Amino acid sequence: MTLYKSSAWKILAIFCVLSTCLLQAGHAKNITLLNVSYDPTRAFYHAYNQAFEKYWKAKTGDNVTIYESHGGSGKQARAVIDGMQADVVTLALSGDIDAINKYKPLIDPNWQSRLPYHSCPYYSTIVFVVRKGNPKHIHDWDDLIKPGVQIITPNPKTSGVARWNFLAAWAYALEKYGSEAKAYEFVKQFFQHAPILDSGARSSSLSFIQRGLGDVLISWENEAYMALNESKSGEYEIITPSISILAEPPVAVVDSVVDRRRTRTVAEAYLNYLYSNEGQTLAAEYYYRPSNPEIAEKFKNTFPSLKLIPIDKVFKGWKQINNKFFKDNKIFDQIMSEINH
Amino acid sequence: MTPSVNQQTTLKRSLLLTLTWLVFSVIFLAPLSVILIEGLSKGLEFFWQTCANPSAVSALKLTLLATVLSVILNIIFGVMAAWCVTKYDFVGKKLLITLIDLPFSISPIIVGLIYTLLYGSQSILYPFLMKYNLQVIYAVPGIVLATIFVTFPFVARSLISLMQEQGNAEEEAARLLGANGWQIFWHVTFPNIRWALLHGIVMCTARAMGEFGAVSIISGHIEGLTNTLPLQIEILYNEYNATAAFSISLILLFMSMIILLIRQWCERKITNAHSETGQ
Repeated sequence: MTLYKSSAWKILAIFCVLSTCLLQAGHAKNITLLNVSYDPTRAFYHAYNQAFEKYWKAKTGDNVTIYESHGGSGKQARAVIDGMQADVVTLALSGDIDAINKYKPLIDPNWQSRLPYHSCPYYSTIVFVVRKGNPKHIHDWDDLIKPGVQIITPNPKTSGVARWNFLAAWAYALEKYGSEAKAYEFVKQFFQHAPILDSGARSSSLSFIQRGLGDVLISWENEAYMALNESKSGEYEIITPSISILAEPPVAVVDSVVDRRRTRTVAEAYLNYLYSNEGQTLAAEYYYRPSNPEIAEKFKNTFPSLKLIPIDKVFKGWKQINNKFFKDNKIFDQIMSEINH
Repeated sequence: MTPSVNQQTTLKRSLLLTLTWLVFSVIFLAPLSVILIEGLSKGLEFFWQTCANPSAVSALKLTLLATVLSVILNIIFGVMAAWCVTKYDFVGKKLLITLIDLPFSISPIIVGLIYTLLYGSQSILYPFLMKYNLQVIYAVPGIVLATIFVTFPFVARSLISLMQEQGNAEEEAARLLGANGWQIFWHVTFPNIRWALLHGIVMCTARAMGEFGAVSIISGHIEGLTNTLPLQIEILYNEYNATAAFSISLILLFMSMIILLIRQWCERKITNAHSETGQ
C-alpha cells in the first residue's frame, strides 16, 4: 500500500512540473494577463482586449494576450483569494475587491484612489423595459404601481440584480416622499404588482421576452440594451426613470500577482487604457455609461440623464443593506408576508 | 388452454415493451433529438463556425488532454491497486477496497473544494508551489487532478472483480515454472484482464470527458486556458447563445457515441473470453 502511494505521489509531482513547463514554454516571448471579471462584462472585455492588444503592440512591439474569466462577482473574488493569478480584477462592487484582502493583503488597501473616478471607468443603472409602443404608459416609478401593471423582477433573496431593483425603488420613494415609512409602503405596492419572482435575472428576462409575461421588466441598463439588440427591432423600448440607483463597477491591479509575475507595467496600462477615449467609447458602445463626461456627451441619446443615487450615500454599504432588508424576517420578508396575508 | 396463456404473455410482453420504449423516449430520445435539432438549427455553417471558434478548439484540446492524462494515470494506478488487492494479503486491504470506491460516493463539489484547500492560497503547500511557479488550481494540472479523482474507481473496479474471480492459480504456476514478476504480469495476468481493462478505460474516458462539477470549481473558467467542453457549453448557454451551446454539446455527444460503441465491443469480447475459459 505504501509503495503504491509513494509512487503515485512521485508521478503526480513529475506530472505537475512537466505540465507547468510545457505551458510556459509556449508563451515564453509573449506577455499574458489575466482579467478576472464578472458575468455581464464578457462582451465588452472581448472587444476591449482586442483593442488593447493592438494598442500595446503598436506602442511597445510586445505581444500581449489577455485571458478572461467571468462568473458571479462574489465567486470571482473568492477565486482570487484562493489563488487565481489575476493580474487585474474588474468586479461588480468595490466591496468584492475589498474582500480580496480578507486573509492576506493582496491589493493595496488604497486601490480605489489609484485611478480616476475612484477606479470606476464606467457605471450603470437600473432602467425599465416595456413592450412596443409602451401600452401601459410607464414613464417613472409611480407608473409601475398603477392598477393593471405587472412588474417582472427576480427574487431579492436569490438574485443580486433583484436587490439593486429593490433598492432603486426604495431610493426613489425615499427621495420623493421623504420618509422610510412611505418608502416601505411604495416598495410593498411594487411587489404587489410583481406576480412572479424568478430566481435570477436571466429567468426574469426569459419570462418577459420569451414567455411574454408582464408589462415591464426591471433590469440593468446595459443588459436591457443587449436584450434589445437580440430581439427584433421595435419590439421593446427602454424607459429611463427620473431617479435610479448608481452602480459603479470598479477595477484594480492585484499588486501581489503583478509583482510576482512582473507584469505591473502592462497591467496598469491595461486599466489606464479603459480611461482613454478609445476605451471609454468602447464601454459606451457596450452600453456602460462612460465616466469621462466628454465621451458621455457623445452618447447622450443612448444614455438619457437622470438623477443617480449612490448606494453608499443612502444605504451605507452592502453589509448594512443585507442586515436591514434581505436577511430572514427583515424588511423584504415582512413586505412579502404582509402581501401574502 | 395453451393459446390463452400464450395470448396473455404476448399481451404482457407488448405492454411492457411499449412502456419501456415510452419511458426510454421521454427520458433519452426526446432530449437527444433536441440537442440534434437545436445544435443544427442555424445551419451547418454556424455549427462549423462555433466548433472552429478558438475558445471551443482550446476547450476541446483541454478536454482531450485531461481525458488522455487521467486515463493513462488511471491505468497505472488501477492496475497497481487491483494487483495489490487481489494478489497480496495485507492489513487494511478491506479499507483500500472501500477507499477506491470513495470517488463514486463523494459529491464532485467536495472534490473541487478539497483541491482548492490543498493547493490554494490557504494551504501550507502554497508558498512552496509559488516559489517554483507551480500553479495547480485554476490551471491545467488542477483540472487533470480533479478528473483523475472522479474517474479513479473505473479501471480498478473493473479489474478487481475479474481478478478476484480468476484467482491466483495461473500466476502461482508461472512462478513455480520460474517466471519473474514482469513475465507473470505480461504473459499470464495481462492476457486474462485485457478486455476488462479496456472496459475500465472506456468507462473512465466517458466520465473524464463529461466531468463538470469538480472541474468547474478548480477551473476558474479562463477562456482559452482552463475551460473544458462541458464548461464551455455552460458559458455559451448563459450568454444567451443556446444554439452554440448545443452545437458544442453535439461534439461531446458524438464522442460519447464512439465510446459507447467501443464499450459494446469490449463487452462482447469479455463474454466471449468468459465462455472460452468456461469450456
